[in-house]
Amino acid sequence: MEAFTVHTGRAVPLRRSNVDTDQIIPAVWLKQVSRTGFEKGLFSAWREDPGFVLNDPAYAGASILVAGPDFGTGSSREHAVWALQQYGFRAVIAPRFADIFRNNSTKMGLLPVVLPAATVEALQAAAEADPTLEITVDLAERQVRWAGETAGFEIDDYTRWRLMEGLDDIGLTLRNADAIATYENGRQPWLPTTV
Amino acid sequence: MGRTLAEKVWEQHVVRRAEGEPDLLYIDLHLIHEVTSPQAFDGLRMAGRPIRRPELTIATEDHNVPTVLGPISDPVSRTQVETLRKNCAEFGVRLHPMGDAGQGVVHIIGPQFGLTQPGMTIVCGDSHTSTHGAFGGIAFGIGTSEVEHVLATQTLPAYRPKTMAIEVSGELPAGVTAKDLILAIIAKIGTGGGQGYIVEYRGEAIRKLSMEGRMTVCNMSIEAGARAGMIAPDETTFEYLKGRPHAPVGEDWDAAVEYWRSLSSDEDAVFDTVVEIDASALTPFVTWGTNPGQGAPLGSVVPAPEDTDDPAATTRALEYMGLTAGTPLREVAVDTVFVGSCTNGRIEDLRAAAEVLRGRQVVTRTLIVPGSMLVKLQAEQEGLHEVFKAAGAEWREAGCSMCLGMNPDTLSPGERSASTSNRNFEGRQGKGGRTHLVSPQVAAATAVTGKLTAPADLA
Repeated sequence: MEAFTVHTGRAVPLRRSNVDTDQIIPAVWLKQVSRTGFEKGLFSAWREDPGFVLNDPAYAGASILVAGPDFGTGSSREHAVWALQQYGFRAVIAPRFADIFRNNSTKMGLLPVVLPAATVEALQAAAEADPTLEITVDLAERQVRWAGETAGFEIDDYTRWRLMEGLDDIGLTLRNADAIATYENGRQPWLPTTV
Repeated sequence: MGRTLAEKVWEQHVVRRAEGEPDLLYIDLHLIHEVTSPQAFDGLRMAGRPIRRPELTIATEDHNVPTVLGPISDPVSRTQVETLRKNCAEFGVRLHPMGDAGQGVVHIIGPQFGLTQPGMTIVCGDSHTSTHGAFGGIAFGIGTSEVEHVLATQTLPAYRPKTMAIEVSGELPAGVTAKDLILAIIAKIGTGGGQGYIVEYRGEAIRKLSMEGRMTVCNMSIEAGARAGMIAPDETTFEYLKGRPHAPVGEDWDAAVEYWRSLSSDEDAVFDTVVEIDASALTPFVTWGTNPGQGAPLGSVVPAPEDTDDPAATTRALEYMGLTAGTPLREVAVDTVFVGSCTNGRIEDLRAAAEVLRGRQVVTRTLIVPGSMLVKLQAEQEGLHEVFKAAGAEWREAGCSMCLGMNPDTLSPGERSASTSNRNFEGRQGKGGRTHLVSPQVAAATAVTGKLTAPADLA
């Protein structure tokens, strides 16, 4: 996983609520068996509209997505996170995230930042007024900063530490292999197996 | 203080707890399908890791499979399915491939085999894993990184969600189904209402649901934003499980039932949130918009944006759906009807649709897709397929079919469906397609008239 400490970049305002993962990456793109190439599918249906914000050259190269509430609802497809990252996004800011999307993001190093709806709208307005506006997402300080403004955000210590170190969960869990084996020895005998 | 059902099941599965860290949770059953697993197997291979417990893992082919006989014609879909076969062979995982008698939608086959049991933790790289909570376990969807984590360790690090009770009092009126109930719940609490919660469905109306109805309710918990939904096990649960291939037998059965009876929320348990619904006030429910929270009683009209919580989203949704505010929902004409999916692809759903279609003719393209090959076999033993065919509907092979636009069963741009599936997102059933989520009964009646219709409306 790519470590995340502080990132400064320009923002894309996506003024939509309930952006589901079927919009982020439509199902037809999920047939790939590799982990790469998903940037082409990012918002692919919406990008057919010339007026869609990602088609605005002013936002080319932006790396922070600022979206409406309930971002990432629906399907558990981690491909949505891969598509956002491979397109160039490092962080998504929204008032609320769907649980599975947020979980998938933190496994991959895409930072989901929850800010109050009014703050998100202020950020969207700022990025609309000036697409060259630089925004800093600072995980170490748990802050988003832009144009002299500062907004704090919450994230639990453990997830923050893992993101800042870029640590792989499996490696961390396998340090507890003994505890897993002990637990397994105490499982109820009637529990089913698939064989 | 007493504990909730969710807390009891969670605590039973904590492998390791440390201050300031998520709990490490043991996973009793890991379900796999072709779409969200290939990159996870690649990860294992790259790290040289085996599957820790292949005997707690089972795989099926469902999302990509065509529902007409024959091979997969799309080479990309075919490669994905072949990749699953190769991975399962290499890592020693039981697989039910296309054509196998046990093949079917991943959330249909687990309960059918008796692998889904009360008190278990169950995960799958699929958000509708919440279905399995109907048996009184904690079941939730995960992403591919977590699929790899479970394959490698049979555990997941996770924070325990908050608990929400949804108390459903009263009885569902005749003609009102589990699907109508869950659509009404989602419309009430919203697509984000369950975020951060495990929901326990409780109350008289829930106790009276069959296991299949309970699965329909828990299935769509994710559409309310909840990670998992669950229902305390009872005699209905034990009756459903007894005699299934992987259910315990003999003394194990007795010991299991004794434990399962302890799996209910204590009288003095405190939920973080309580929501109350009166089942007796419900009527058939349909969606009009592009998220599952945008629904209304069939007897009502398409809402005006200013009458909804999110006018901008409603405006967008009505534009996409090609609907005008104030139009009675019963006047909305559809060209396609889909009965199937992990939400409503079980035998009771097919029986309900057949009862409506018996002796009638469909005027829409109508796909009836059993959720598994075992459901298909049972439906044919009951003669349901003859009812569907006589009515002019298409009787298909098992798969996810028109739920999600990954296989040949899709809507074309501008086509409109009444669908028993779970998501009405833009393009979900095919690019430009328009979806109304409905119960199997409403789907079948709609196929007869060509407009959104309840069975009671039919002469």
